[in-house]
Amino acid sequence: MQVLLQLDQVVTTYGPIRALKGVTIEVRAGEIVCLLGGNASGKSTTMKTILGIVRPKSGSVYFAGERIDRLPTQSIVGRGISLVPEARRLFGRMTVWENLAMGAFTRRAELHSELEQDYERVYALFPRIKERLGQLAGTLSGGEQQMVAIGRALMARPRLLLMDEPSMGLSPALVDQVFDIIQTINQQETTILVVEQNAAVALSVASRGYVLQNGRVVATDQAENLLAADDIRRAYLGDE
Amino acid sequence: MLSFSDILHILPQQLVFGITLGTIYGLIAIGYTMVYGVLFMINFAHGDVFMIGAYVGWIVLGALMGSHAVPLHPAIVLPVMLIAAMLFTGLIGLGLERFAYRPLYRRGATRLGPLISAIGASIFLQNAVMLTEGARERVYMTYAVFPRSWRINLGGVNISVLVLVIAGVAALMMWGLHQMVQRTALGRSIRAVAEDREIAAVMGVDVWRVVATAFFIGSALGGAAGVLVGFYYTQIDFFMGYSAGLKAFTAAVLGGIGNIRGAMLGGLILGVVESLAITFINPAFKDAVAFGVLILVLVFRPGGLLGESLPDWKKI
Repeated sequence: MQVLLQLDQVVTTYGPIRALKGVTIEVRAGEIVCLLGGNASGKSTTMKTILGIVRPKSGSVYFAGERIDRLPTQSIVGRGISLVPEARRLFGRMTVWENLAMGAFTRRAELHSELEQDYERVYALFPRIKERLGQLAGTLSGGEQQMVAIGRALMARPRLLLMDEPSMGLSPALVDQVFDIIQTINQQETTILVVEQNAAVALSVASRGYVLQNGRVVATDQAENLLAADDIRRAYLGDE
Repeated sequence: MLSFSDILHILPQQLVFGITLGTIYGLIAIGYTMVYGVLFMINFAHGDVFMIGAYVGWIVLGALMGSHAVPLHPAIVLPVMLIAAMLFTGLIGLGLERFAYRPLYRRGATRLGPLISAIGASIFLQNAVMLTEGARERVYMTYAVFPRSWRINLGGVNISVLVLVIAGVAALMMWGLHQMVQRTALGRSIRAVAEDREIAAVMGVDVWRVVATAFFIGSALGGAAGVLVGFYYTQIDFFMGYSAGLKAFTAAVLGGIGNIRGAMLGGLILGVVESLAITFINPAFKDAVAFGVLILVLVFRPGGLLGESLPDWKKI
């Protein structure tokens, strides 16, 4: 399978703090890959480095064979990477529809009819969104906001979808629903890299996983092997 | 002391003046509020951008009058002056952003650096105009374009056409801006940057281009206000941006800084309050009353009339 995203020995620092200490990760086209790790393990920094929100001090990031770690964020996004941010971060003072339209910002030159398909795809995934298009996004419930955040990211028609803690703050039933949708999106040929603290549910949909600790990849394997590994179970699945 | 019938007679007239003044304040206030919205800084040079707009209008008007190429009808003269002033001040705004502020932000400046730079830019612009155009007042030949006899009677109130045109042009520009911000992709990207610049960038928005756009639009509207004020007060000088800028900034804060509708509303309220204070209290107290209203509003609504409470990272 073709390698879609590759991080090669990436080091990212915040002043004197080394948040990533040589991270190497590979995501192949069509996969769901999950990135596990506790607080301050470097998961969110990895996402920010991929998107060019922070710059790596050394190492490189490749997307579809092209080096992207020196590009500005809007150019990286324009090449087909979307983010569902941690804590949703919708534009709360915009309507639901406007949030979706912002998601399609990189495609603003395209014809309305082409975008229409993508709106319909989002409405098919999340029928509730369609009922609330005119509502301000800030007034939605947490679960609805997560749906709009995913819909917004899909509007860019991404080749790679980054999801940062999609289960955060959601009830168990909603978490299941979100991960069902992640699987559906993946079957619609979108590659997904998902960062999660909730390792059990993330590994249940992922094909492979990486475990980050203190800015380093300490384990990587097929999802079922990670689920079975004793030390992983102890560290991330709450088993004693 | 004014009798009740006097008040009834004067009030509508003063309201018209107040609304006219208010639309102008609102037009200038938009420049402060748009820049604050995307950059969280107060562009203290904005008042001087407004002043430059007045000068550009004056120069164009002089050229039109001198050339006798076109009839001095407002339908011809006013658009030419407005377009010239708006283009010029829009470019000044772009220049300010590019040379006075962006280099500081690129080097990781906090809030104070750009503020000092803004004050420096203000002094620079004032002196540049003083050196090139002189320190004496310039006179707008308002009555060559809007003859004194052009007055109409609206519901018993005798209003000059000039006042109606000024209020109409200002209102039209604010309406156009509002439509642009609410309905277009460009407008959405401006709102997105104002609300969450990191996520706006993740949506593919070029944040610095949006910042530059906000400077261009805000400055162009300020420049248009300069032309309107030139016609209204007929005298302009290089220092006029100081007090007008301060008033418009007050209007922006009154309405809720960062909120475009708030800037329009704040401007209107300030203009009306000021014109009523002139008539019914004492002209000398007009500023005291205007700032008194600001203080009262901020005591009860610290974020301004339409402002919302800001997240901590946006607070100064």
